[in-house]
Order: sequence, then C-alpha cells, then structure tokens
Amino acid sequence: MPMSVSGQGKATEVLDELDRLRFEQLVLPHLDAAFNLARWLLRSRADSEDVAQEAMLRAYRFFRGFHGGDARAWLLQIVRNTCYTWLEKNRPVEMMTEFDEELHLQPSANPEALAIAGDNRERLTRALESLPPRFREVLVLREFEGCSYKEIAAITSVPIGTVMSALARARQRLHRALTNPVSQGAGYEL
Amino acid sequence: MSCELTHSVLHGYLDGELDAARAAEFERHLETCRECIAALESQEALRASLQRIGLYERAPASLRDKVRRDLSAATVAVIPQRRSPLPWLALAAAILLVVLAGWKLIPGLDRGTYETAMASEIVDAHLRSLQPGHLTDVASTDQHTVKPWFDGKLDFAPPVRDFADSGFPLIGGRIDAFRGRTVAALVYGRRKHIINVFIWPTKEADNAPLAGTQLGYHWIDWRRGGMELCAVSDVSPADLDALQHLISE
Repeated sequence: MPMSVSGQGKATEVLDELDRLRFEQLVLPHLDAAFNLARWLLRSRADSEDVAQEAMLRAYRFFRGFHGGDARAWLLQIVRNTCYTWLEKNRPVEMMTEFDEELHLQPSANPEALAIAGDNRERLTRALESLPPRFREVLVLREFEGCSYKEIAAITSVPIGTVMSALARARQRLHRALTNPVSQGAGYEL
Repeated sequence: MSCELTHSVLHGYLDGELDAARAAEFERHLETCRECIAALESQEALRASLQRIGLYERAPASLRDKVRRDLSAATVAVIPQRRSPLPWLALAAAILLVVLAGWKLIPGLDRGTYETAMASEIVDAHLRSLQPGHLTDVASTDQHTVKPWFDGKLDFAPPVRDFADSGFPLIGGRIDAFRGRTVAALVYGRRKHIINVFIWPTKEADNAPLAGTQLGYHWIDWRRGGMELCAVSDVSPADLDALQHLISE
C-alpha cells in the first residue's frame, strides 16, 4: 500500500503554523468521517469521541508523512488503526472473533421481514452492531462513506481483489441479522 | 441451488465497480438467473433502508473544539526556515508579487484586488509577529503604559484601550512595518489566541468594516476618524467582529 502509515517514518514532534493551516484545510474537513467510522467500530459515542480525538492528534503528528492524494482515506486508515488498538486493549474478547467462513450463507428469502426490519432504526443499528468489526467496517465505508473499493482496500489494508467478497459476506450477514434477529450474534450484544 | 455470482460479482455490479464488459456480462446473466435477480433486489432494498434511515453519525461540536485545541497545543508558532519550500507557498508568493506589481502599475484598482493584496500582507504580518520575541515591543496590560510608549515613535496617536472586561485583554504593542510604512500594532488576547490590530493614518473617508479570510486567518478592516484599522487572528469571525465593535465604540 503506497499510503501505509507505518511505512511513513516517525511522528513529527514540532509542527508549525503552516502545518496547522494545511491540516485544517486538508484533513479537518473529514472529522465527521473519522467520528462516524470510530462510532461504528466501537459502538459507543462516548468512546468514539475519545478515540477519534486521539486519532486526529496522531494524524497531525504524522502529517508531514502525508504527501498529497486522498486525505480522507489517509485519515480513515489512522482512525481504523487507532480504533483496533483501543479495542485490543479495552475489549480483547471482541477482537478474537475472526471473519468466520460462513461463505455461502443463504440469505433468507423473506422480503417482507427485511422491509419491516429495514425501516426500524433501532433494529438496523442493532443488526449492524451485531456483525464482527471487520464486516461492519466495510459496510460503513461503502454504504455510509461512499468509499470506492480502492479506498476501502487502502483504508483496511487488504488487497483490492478481496473487497468485493468481504462486502458480499458482510451484506449477507446483515441481511440475515435483520431477518432472523434472534439466531445470530448473541456474543456481540453489549 | 445457489448461484455463485450472488456471493461475488453481484456486489461489484451493485456498487458500480465492474468494468463495462463484466457489467454487460452480468446483465446478460440476470436475464436468466432468478436467484440473482432476487438477491439484487433485496440488496438494493437493504441499501435503500440504510440510506433512508440515515445512520451516519456526525462529529459532535465538543469533539471539533477538542481537536482544534489539540492542534494548537501541538503547534509551535514559528515560521519555518529550514523546511523544503511548499509548492503552494511559492505559488501564493508568486500571485502576491503579480498582484503587488499590478497594483503599482495600474492606478485605481478595484476593491477586490485591494482586499486580496492586503489580506495576504496582513496575514503575513500576523504570522511574523508570532515568531518568538516578535509579538510585543512593549508588553503591558495597562493602556496607560502602552499608549505613551508609542509617543515619538509614530507620527500619529493610535487609540489604545484595554478590553479585558469584555474578554479581550490588551497584551501589548509594537511598531511594525506594513505596506512600506510604519504602523502601530496592538496585541490582544482572546482565550489562548492572539489578535493583532494594525493601525495607520489614512486620508480616506470612514467606511463600514470589510471582512475576509486568508489561509484560515480571519481579518476585518475599517476606517474611522482618519485611521485605518485591520484586525487579524485565528479566532472566529464573530470574535473579531466583537473586538471591532469595542474599538469603534
């Protein structure tokens, strides 16, 4: 990945007014995107505010390593890393659940159930939150943030060829969570 | 029975990420595959639900404030000398030169050009003042110390008042150079921010304040009683307005 944060050397200790001006022009406009991603990864507004704040400061310290290009994707990559670090530290159980391999899960053929559930904010929120974080993040990036596959690949550090199948699995999981709300994801309820 | 494509290509199609040839191929497949049609419909319904319900969560104002504070705290108010020159800075300087050159050559330029040139210079002067040791020649919160200090250093008497009661404490004053002439600069504080007010005499008539933004800094310029005043800072435009009113009272 050309824009990998870890590959960009050190954080800068001393930043000046010009750095701040550029940061405010290029990166700060994506604060909503940063907060939204953190909120869905952490499933808590209060924690997200702290973690997004930390991620913004981290982005600022690494800002001299940003050499133009997609500032939103660059920032979201840092937000995502900061969120996972926080989760590993504060909610290690959550992170132990891997992408499971229910590859060819059948979406339940129940359009009525989907229509009813899909119009209920709380059920939609719960269904999304019941997915493992790595499914949740691709859905948030694609459906809320409108990211391209290329951007999703960069942000989540996966090969672009795997984004489509990750989205396919995430959507099937979400579909199932909405139409069979009792049978899934008990381990993810807070 | 399960069509493999519902787990793969269908999603690329849904997201508009297939190239034209693959999209056309999938559309031909859709003509005969009921399963894919049903899956596509339910995925489109799901997407529509997500959009309609609007689960996007915007950053709260409190977060925005905290981030701005963090950025200020992590920033040293120094104009960099050692950095590799930024291309946009060179460009800005070039534009400024052209504007300044044009200004000298062509009399009676319109107000818009005047503002652009002035805004660049005023922000420049503001940034210069933030270098260590450059902010004040006389550091005092007492207007009765600052005002006499200017005597004999200027050919005019700038209005010096402290507005600490209104949240704009006087920090000090200095002599600055601006547009080839000597001007007075008053320094006010606003929370952790610095406001420079540049003052010089003018023969032009009084006018209503003009405000603008340059490189993220706000400025407000007005003429009153034979003086032109220009306040510049990274505080909000509303704060600058408030100070402008206080000074004009």
